[in-house]
Amino acid sequence: MAELFTLTTLFGILTSGIRLATPYLYAAIGETFAQCSGVLNLGVDGIMLMGAYSGFYVAMKSGNLWLGLLAAAVTGILMGLLMALVSVTLQAQQGISGIGLQLFGLGLSTLLFKTTLGGVESIAGFARIKIPLLGDIPYIGDAFFNHNILVYCAFLLVPLANWVLNRTTFGLKVRAVGQNPKAADTLGVNVTLIRYITVTLGGMLAGIAGASLSIALINLFQENMTSGMGFIAVALVYFGSWRPIGVMWGALLFSFINALQLWIQVLGIPLPSDIAVMLPYILTILALTFAANRASTPAALTKPFERGEA
Amino acid sequence: MPDNKPGIKEYLNRTLEALLPLLGLPLALLLGAVMLLALKVNPLTAYSAMLEGAVGSGYAISVTLIKATPLLLVGLGIVIAYRGGVVNIGGEGQLIVGALAATALSIGMSAWPRWALLPMSLIVGVLAGAVWGSVPGLLKSRIGVNEILSTVMMNSIALQFSNFLLRGPMIDPAELEAGTRIAQSALLPEQVWLTRMAPPIRLHSGAILAVVMAFLVYIFLWRTTIGYRIRAVGLNPHASRYAGIPVPFYQALCLILGGSFAGLAGAVEVMGLHHRMMEGVSSGYGFSGIVAALFGKLHPLGAIPASVLFGGLLVGGNQMQRAVQVPSALIDAILGLVVLFVVSADIYSRKRARRREING
Repeated sequence: MAELFTLTTLFGILTSGIRLATPYLYAAIGETFAQCSGVLNLGVDGIMLMGAYSGFYVAMKSGNLWLGLLAAAVTGILMGLLMALVSVTLQAQQGISGIGLQLFGLGLSTLLFKTTLGGVESIAGFARIKIPLLGDIPYIGDAFFNHNILVYCAFLLVPLANWVLNRTTFGLKVRAVGQNPKAADTLGVNVTLIRYITVTLGGMLAGIAGASLSIALINLFQENMTSGMGFIAVALVYFGSWRPIGVMWGALLFSFINALQLWIQVLGIPLPSDIAVMLPYILTILALTFAANRASTPAALTKPFERGEA
Repeated sequence: MPDNKPGIKEYLNRTLEALLPLLGLPLALLLGAVMLLALKVNPLTAYSAMLEGAVGSGYAISVTLIKATPLLLVGLGIVIAYRGGVVNIGGEGQLIVGALAATALSIGMSAWPRWALLPMSLIVGVLAGAVWGSVPGLLKSRIGVNEILSTVMMNSIALQFSNFLLRGPMIDPAELEAGTRIAQSALLPEQVWLTRMAPPIRLHSGAILAVVMAFLVYIFLWRTTIGYRIRAVGLNPHASRYAGIPVPFYQALCLILGGSFAGLAGAVEVMGLHHRMMEGVSSGYGFSGIVAALFGKLHPLGAIPASVLFGGLLVGGNQMQRAVQVPSALIDAILGLVVLFVVSADIYSRKRARRREING
């Protein structure tokens, strides 16, 4: 009986870990594109909050989850464009402008939440889709093949992003712009355009990441519901050395620790919950420490580009 | 073409350069008004409630100054870090640990006389903030860990740590007895309370301390060798390295000093205002302090009026929420926009500086 319980727990952690990785995956893969092109968008958390709000609001009012997802994506695109305008065209310092975007997203989503919703309500989010046959395997089926559509898409996004970044002309341009914008410019690559595309794409995915929380994972919206997930997503990009596969392992590791922490509380293991909640953040700092030695940082990360400047 | 005499046009340009970032606030307020209109609230009603709450009476002004105090102290830390070329987003966490440490010491050593306990509590707050800032500082200087991310993570750790202490080891014994279990510490011994300047108004001597600190930071940055080196590292790390300045050391120092000021802010908040440690002691000062520092043009003395301004904005926001039921989250959104505007306006000064270089 004790063994069965352990197996259930382990697969429970695996299942919730995979589910929890979803928002991190969307946000961090989007941020990978932005950072590979040399733009650090620190405002991911604010975009996620706006995406979570707009996705939830539209889904609730229209009764259509797909419309909600679309709204979240559009919101993300708009916020991404704002970040691109500030950090690419106006060449603002990226660490600070990201904090501005985060404050803006946090404030606006809370304002809208309080004026349009008033209180916490929940909706029926994207239902789980059980993959035939595979989903019937005991334990493994539930862990891997019984999730909502956004979970599957998040994991499909990883090889797709990997292919785009490493095997397409666009990906090559993105990396060139992030490593040496001047050389890329000389060769006729439009640095500004590439960065606008990546930051906007990153914004869209961050918006979807927010929606994956509010209409698929938790199915409600509340004030500051991301509680800093966007910042962790930014850190995961460093952890994954700017490679989508690495980012995925980071997201999984992170969400497993998170799931473990939740299960520790569920099982009533006497570890103060506030201490358990600290674990993921300590882990992130450790991860950043180990990732820091690798020399794969895009050389032009956080450096604005100005044509004709030495 | 080269004309070195500053003519009227040049003078106007310089004035514009100085004022342009300051336009961020009215612009952000204007966009805030658009948001209010979209929410079917009359912006004039909302903003006049805000103004009333911030400066409408002697009492309102005192509340504004109380709010401005932690903003200024945190902002000074941001100024030092920024001048040294590092970004400290960790003010929030550093403030919390500063407040925790000052609380723990003053409650634990409540038998000490005022002349010993009060300064020691302040110092312990500073040290705790310094320790919290030293983690990102050392990680940055030794291993090259991005300080923006590590300071953000340190915020979350401090917050959870404080929740843990306030619900367990540090909870007010009276709360346990009453069974209410509100997460706050016991009252600090009276001898560490900062003097109130005009009781019953809660404005305390921490405000004066903050202003004095602003002048000290100014002297430190512009009149001492260490300050000079910090600014050199911030302006051009490569040149500084060739000049023999140990750049990583000064970057770590900047984060540690930044943490110290936020820690001091935490100690001042519990010793001057709340007289106990409680959840939400920081309420976003780590971030609004950044706004105040930026708006003060990253100058310690500029941070003084800037923190009064944003202190007023925060206080006015609360009043707006009470009087016309507009959530004070609007202020957060406006603060975010101010940051975006101010950092975007920089491009104008940079372009002009470049033109000056080219034209000799």
